[in-house]
Amino acid sequence: MGKGKTVIEKIWETHVVHSEPEKPDLIYIDQHLVHEVTSPQAFEGLRLNNRKVRRPDLTYATMDHNVPTANREVIKDEISRTQMETLRRNCEEFGIELADMHHPDQGIVHVIGPQLGLTQPGRTIVCGDSHTSTHGAFGALAFGIGTSEVEHVLATQTLMQSRPKTMNVKVNGDLPAGVTAKDLILAIIAKFGVKFGTGHVIEYTGEAIRSLSMEGRMTVCNMSIEGGARAGLISPDETTVEFLRGREYVPEGEAFEQKTKEWLSLASDRDASYDMTLEIDAQEVEPQVSWGTNPSMVVPVSGHTPSIDDVENKDEVRRALEYMGLQENQPITSIEVDHVFIGSCTNSRLPDLVNAANIVKGHKVKQGVRAIVVPGSFSVKLQAEELGIDQVFKDAGFEWRESGCSMCLAMNDDVVPAGGRCASTSNRNFEGRQGSGARTHLVSPEMAAVAAIEGNFMDVRKFQTGVLS
Amino acid sequence: MEAIKEHTGKVFPLDRSNVDTDQIIPKQFLKRVERTGFGQFVFYNWRFDDDGNTKSNFELDSDKYKDASILVAGENFGCGSSREHAPWALLDFGFKVIIAPSFADIFYNNAFKNGIILIKADETQIEEWMAQAKDGTFHPHVDLVNQTISDGEKQVPFDIPSYHKEKLLNGWDDIALTLLLDDKIKAYEEKQAARV
Repeated sequence: MGKGKTVIEKIWETHVVHSEPEKPDLIYIDQHLVHEVTSPQAFEGLRLNNRKVRRPDLTYATMDHNVPTANREVIKDEISRTQMETLRRNCEEFGIELADMHHPDQGIVHVIGPQLGLTQPGRTIVCGDSHTSTHGAFGALAFGIGTSEVEHVLATQTLMQSRPKTMNVKVNGDLPAGVTAKDLILAIIAKFGVKFGTGHVIEYTGEAIRSLSMEGRMTVCNMSIEGGARAGLISPDETTVEFLRGREYVPEGEAFEQKTKEWLSLASDRDASYDMTLEIDAQEVEPQVSWGTNPSMVVPVSGHTPSIDDVENKDEVRRALEYMGLQENQPITSIEVDHVFIGSCTNSRLPDLVNAANIVKGHKVKQGVRAIVVPGSFSVKLQAEELGIDQVFKDAGFEWRESGCSMCLAMNDDVVPAGGRCASTSNRNFEGRQGSGARTHLVSPEMAAVAAIEGNFMDVRKFQTGVLS
Repeated sequence: MEAIKEHTGKVFPLDRSNVDTDQIIPKQFLKRVERTGFGQFVFYNWRFDDDGNTKSNFELDSDKYKDASILVAGENFGCGSSREHAPWALLDFGFKVIIAPSFADIFYNNAFKNGIILIKADETQIEEWMAQAKDGTFHPHVDLVNQTISDGEKQVPFDIPSYHKEKLLNGWDDIALTLLLDDKIKAYEEKQAARV
């Protein structure tokens, strides 16, 4: 056992406010992010008990789940409107900064945190949203919480948490050309299952992780929860520092250099040990496509849906195939889609859109396919438009939308109809996730772009070279 | 939350693994701004078709399981979204106890905070109880104080973290407990402020 510490232990130990044997630790929360769906009952709880928000200055709110992406002025659902209005009133009453639907900083909460520099290494970050793990890409300890915990953080700026176990997910070697961060995390969950991370915080390590951009790292950490881990993170390095330099909420000048030293010192020590280590070879990862109704039901695009005879969980697989309208042992490339969604907190950042646009350029969306691009934030949308990417998508027949969570969970009007089949860059393929009876296939932005053009799944590497086998 | 020391009730066997919170309460019902009223929507897409008619292959609404208050389910129950609407819906429907081989982390915390007793039991035991529940021969008494589940003949002990148990037995509010440590929180904040 080494004497060194992991980044997880370093962050935990500096945030313990109070500790007692046989009880969870009381830990301090540095940054609380709030959105409209999981907060109304928490604010109501404060009011009923005559409590205040302890640190409005460490709290930041936005609207993302319900916001319309076609036309900001048209909210068809009265209850959606009420939920957004409720957030606005709560933020006013309790003095919390809010990026509402029309604010230039609005976006998916897990896109704007990093974009604004609210997400920083070493911070404890929570949000009433399970994809808060995204912020772990910066070497922050970030995890999703329920509404009772949201209320607890609002009132006390702390949380009662049991000290998590640590897990090292080591990705050896480099990813092959044409294989993305999304393919990597899907392959990890396919290999280790939907609950391998339960009770743990994952640290992703290895060459392939180091080579990823911050956006790629966010994609990986984002889906930690799909493997059962509340949090997944990556030790801070120069890539982290350079991403944060100049961001709105990050200090400048000498103060930034000071911060940089502090951040880099958080990286896990060489002789740190973990409660558990899992390894995967990056070279064996291919572009991935999910075929079933949980995020471990994933195979390479060259593969097939499973044969019932080959699996142990026969009932689960049979039910998933039935829901998905697929046969056993069916080639993935034979699956035809009628919807394509490029967006969500997993894959809606500028490089995601640029990479998809590079595929789309000069092609047309297949007839009968409805394809939409929903940028992760207003700022991502603007930057993309400055690069002319919106035009590339529009010329090909994609719809170019305003930012929000959109078709990832279909709480607004962006719904896949019953029986519809969607190639989606989001994170969950649960039954009914994108609409009642809708069928979701999780893929990378590049693979989604190819599916939009071809109308079925195809290896993006073959599409690019034009060599079909 | 309400204190709970024991519970006796009818069991609904949900013989599925990895039941995610999107199934427990689909997103179209997350728009309410209250904590109550979610029970009618629990397992909505499994219980009802698009026209709101009860589906025959999901028996929660059948006479056999009417008024069930104990849920026995497969592993990794409550995975996915952090929505606390899931335990709110289960509780509002009438479930006081959930027994499964394992639970997802966020759901585990959320459910306890609302006064639901979560019990982890081994898979063989769960399978036996599922079968008995389907036969209608399992009407357990859950005793939180002594940490046992009994059905008249057999008594099975269970583990539960002591701090969750204490809070359930007393109906304690987490925030009130934490506010008793306000001086510690202040001291932490002062130390941090001095560091910057």
